Amino acid sequence: MEFLLVQALSGLASAASLFLVASGLSIIFGVTRIVNFAHGAFYMLGAYVAYMLTTRLAGPIGFWGAILAASVIVAAMGALMEMVLLRRIYHAPELFQLLATFGVTLMVQDLVVVIWGPEDLLGPRAPGLAGAVSLFGRMVPTYDLFLMVLGPVVLGALWLLFHQTRWGVLVRAATQDREMVAALGVNQKWLFTGVFALGVFLAALGGALQIPRTTVTHTMDLSVIVEVFVVVVIGGLGSVLGAFVAAIIVAELNAFGILILPQISLIMVFLVMAVVLVVRPWGLFGKAESAPRPAAGLTIRPWRPFSTAERVAVAVAVAAVATLPFFLGNYALTVGAEILIFVLFAASLHFIMTVGGLASFGHAAYFGLGAYGAAFMVKFLGAPMEAALLVGPVLGLVGAVLFGWFCVRLSGVYFAMLTLAFAQIAWSIAFQWVDVTGGDNGLLGIWPSTWAARPQGFFWLALAVAVIGVGLLRMLVFSPFGYGLRAVRDSTLRAEAIGLDRARLQWAAFVVAGTFAGIAGALYAFLKGSVFPDFMGIPTSVDGLVMVLLGGIETVSGAVVGAVLYKALAIWLMSQTDLSKLVLGAVIVVVVLAFPKGVVGFIEDMRHRWFAPKKAAAEAATLAKVEAAR
Amino acid sequence: MKLQVSNLNSHYGPAHILYDVGLEVGAGEVVALLGRNGAGKSTTFRSIVGLVPQRAGTVVFDGEDVSALPTYEIVRRGLGYVPEDRRIFNQLTVEENFMVGRQAPRPGVATWSPEQLYVLFPNLGEMRKRPGGQMSGGEQQMLTIGRTLMGNPSLVLLDEPSEGLAPKIVEQMADAILTMKKQGLSIVISEQNLHFAKLISDRAYIIEKGRIRFSGTMADLEANPEIRDAYLAV
Amino acid sequence: MSLLLQVENLEKSYGGVHAVRGVTFSLEAGTLLALIGPNGAGKSTCFNMLNGQIKPDAGTIRIDGRDIKGLPPRAVWRLGVGRTFQITATFSSMTVRENVQVALLSFHGLIRRVFGFAGTACRAEAEGLLELVGLTSQAERPCGELAYGDLKRLELAVALANQPRLLLMDEPTAGMAPKERVELMRLTAEIAREKGIGVLFTEHDMDVVFEHADAVMVLNRGQLIARGTPLEVRRDPQVRAIYLGEGLLYDARHREGSAA
Repeated sequence: MEFLLVQALSGLASAASLFLVASGLSIIFGVTRIVNFAHGAFYMLGAYVAYMLTTRLAGPIGFWGAILAASVIVAAMGALMEMVLLRRIYHAPELFQLLATFGVTLMVQDLVVVIWGPEDLLGPRAPGLAGAVSLFGRMVPTYDLFLMVLGPVVLGALWLLFHQTRWGVLVRAATQDREMVAALGVNQKWLFTGVFALGVFLAALGGALQIPRTTVTHTMDLSVIVEVFVVVVIGGLGSVLGAFVAAIIVAELNAFGILILPQISLIMVFLVMAVVLVVRPWGLFGKAESAPRPAAGLTIRPWRPFSTAERVAVAVAVAAVATLPFFLGNYALTVGAEILIFVLFAASLHFIMTVGGLASFGHAAYFGLGAYGAAFMVKFLGAPMEAALLVGPVLGLVGAVLFGWFCVRLSGVYFAMLTLAFAQIAWSIAFQWVDVTGGDNGLLGIWPSTWAARPQGFFWLALAVAVIGVGLLRMLVFSPFGYGLRAVRDSTLRAEAIGLDRARLQWAAFVVAGTFAGIAGALYAFLKGSVFPDFMGIPTSVDGLVMVLLGGIETVSGAVVGAVLYKALAIWLMSQTDLSKLVLGAVIVVVVLAFPKGVVGFIEDMRHRWFAPKKAAAEAATLAKVEAAR
Repeated sequence: MKLQVSNLNSHYGPAHILYDVGLEVGAGEVVALLGRNGAGKSTTFRSIVGLVPQRAGTVVFDGEDVSALPTYEIVRRGLGYVPEDRRIFNQLTVEENFMVGRQAPRPGVATWSPEQLYVLFPNLGEMRKRPGGQMSGGEQQMLTIGRTLMGNPSLVLLDEPSEGLAPKIVEQMADAILTMKKQGLSIVISEQNLHFAKLISDRAYIIEKGRIRFSGTMADLEANPEIRDAYLAV
Repeated sequence: MSLLLQVENLEKSYGGVHAVRGVTFSLEAGTLLALIGPNGAGKSTCFNMLNGQIKPDAGTIRIDGRDIKGLPPRAVWRLGVGRTFQITATFSSMTVRENVQVALLSFHGLIRRVFGFAGTACRAEAEGLLELVGLTSQAERPCGELAYGDLKRLELAVALANQPRLLLMDEPTAGMAPKERVELMRLTAEIAREKGIGVLFTEHDMDVVFEHADAVMVLNRGQLIARGTPLEVRRDPQVRAIYLGEGLLYDARHREGSAA
């Protein structure tokens, strides 16, 4: 009994940092409507800078001063990022903002290693709080007690700030309608920067306060951001009180989950999150988002199937690609097969994003599940490649059926965060369930059948699967089902008024996308001859997003072009630099800033500018739309 | 001239929306900007206060060219804007909504306090602690006007103040606007409801497809039914 | 017994506030009934209960004699209740014709088909509906390019796709020029009479109400305070005090004295 109490107290102490980070994320989202993926990076920077300062400054004043100074320094970095990057993309779709901040996260990961090295660092204890007190016959660190008190104190301070000061009232007003705040004479630019700095300060403080408890590592950003996403989904995005309550719930679940299911303690958190989402889709203290901006559907050019000429052009292009094995060497063909596999993966993500209007941040889960499915067939049933390729993707389908059921209850950033959380859960199961998945060592020896063992054969196989897969997805877009999906995306209100079942249609689309991702994943397992948890990692998901984005989100099949361009670029970059994350992150940021409509969207815009037949009509329509949208 | 707008051109992306729009408003005048839905009324207002990013032309307010200033700077000079759809802060109480609009007193211009606004709109005085989201459409319209008045403007752009309101509330709104006029405020309203515009306006402009098509007194408009029929499709 | 819609003792409250109290009325096929009242009187709540979006606390709603209790909006729609919205809601990535086709595909239970090109499905039927509302010449245009008045017509065509018996129109003429208002309401009345559809609409423009409604109901603080012909309603002193005011805001010919 005493043991449980002490465990509960330890959970409360962990909750404090989680709350600080989550409340910062919530406050920033509330006003800027940006889900700051880089929040984990700022948490990590807070810890590193605090480590650097606390090891140089002595005494209690030095220590606490260092903690505060570190948080302020990182907050200033956050403000700088807001001014340089985010101010340019406030009007972009949510997905672009998430991606841009993710790009920053990637860059910070490499920079941290460059500056502080890859080793785990151990900082000093807090002066005066280094000991432990005896509670219920057990020793509880004094520092934990301090953190337990700190949580509610910060909660109270934030409440006072937002309800008793004019600045706080302005922030709450901006949370609902930024433009109106400006139209009442408030300089909203600085309001935003201030809010962003406050949120980053809280994240950095959360990180800095971890120093006396744990080591500082360069992977702490991703682990905390996933937990924080779970916290804000449970508590409700935008609610500080929700972040507080949910942080306690998650921290306690972790504290006790370790005792019950040490292997997969995340499962407990996942189950609670699932229950909360079913009962309250916007979280415990969240409010329904009035109108989530769809990821696509901003265009007024209706989609058309290919004309005969275009069909011929595509057929010629495919035929040309099919002759490549006669000209290219083995390495180039292997790279080519990898690109083709990612064409299918990107096309599947593109389907759920553009036709379904749902931006998934965890699409790699289904790619990885398909890969594991194929690997299981080979390893446990000794199946040949052909059977494994057919059955393997079923695991992706099953995963999409299960996760999708929860995800389609949400939309916009909630959907993105939940898909990410599910992908992380799938990843940690693959990572931790060593008996079945081989854990970090993966499953090896997944080789193709003889006819596809040579690079030429595998290239043709990949080409056939990619062409058929993309073709089927394209056909779906123009089928009645595809129209139903677009109807739901364009106007959920109207779609439901004409008898369409939004959740069901989107669930079906989610499963379709997951299944095609699973097919790509199964093929990938045979290309690599092995399967690893990283197939489901966040970087894989983001690769897919960048491909879709690069291709153009308002196009029918832009992902094909995006995948070819991006994958070729990424493979080339990997061979050129050790700081691939830094370069990749920078590429993502540049793409978001420079090509908001993607390459194919850019080309289409150009085409329509040259051949704009009814300019006047379009202008009148824009005018009507702009006026009506107000 | 209180406000002088000339050669205002606005774009959204590639689309040209406003063409050489010009307006003049004298001190203490009530001017109506008439036009059907989608004619460009809201865009004109939004362009004047700098909420349309791509715009060209000059906006001279109180003798100063404000066309290059950001929205909050224009508003801080005493040019108030009341949007269509009211855009109340739903989570904030009546008092807090007023607090957001508050600005320092401006010399030579009527200064508004919440207490004075409760006199102008007695309904609001009975619900000072009520969140804006729990008020009726008519009460919200009063709140949004009051909120802008808290900035002590010398000129107010009122975008469709009668839209979606019960006739009786619209009559109250007309009274309130005339009271504001008596305080010395210049007012521009955008309207489709000609009945309402006639009750309060001195002069009118008609806008159609982003161009000003008519300018004159309300009596001129009355005397030219063919203009009214052509652009307002009465 | 040709009462299309029968509503009895409808009740709804939110957190102790009565939004709708004891509302009872009926609607005959082929007629237009206007529901007017101050902002916040409960009109939207009534509407949302009629199409199943909100569950009433008490009372019954019968459409063609059938109680719709417990039915989700989709099922109510299948019973023949169409709806248009105050702010137009259309599918902006499709052409005008495709907008109608989607509604028809849904009505005919074909929306889950994954094969075949949707652009050719139900095409003739869609074109028929567009002709009915006078949009034939606009059928192939992206619906994002339509003028506001035409968007409202498109909404009407989409709302007719399920061959409705009852049409709910939430401020159908809001934001339109006076002439467009008259045209849209005339068209609506024509279609309603021809097809035997009952139309219930809310409206703040008294010119439209007095010109086009067969009957008018007035809602105030959740209760019906008057019901009758347009003439009766605008003569009602209570309605004038609560809602109509001094009558400065609608055409003189509708005002007391000059009418009749």
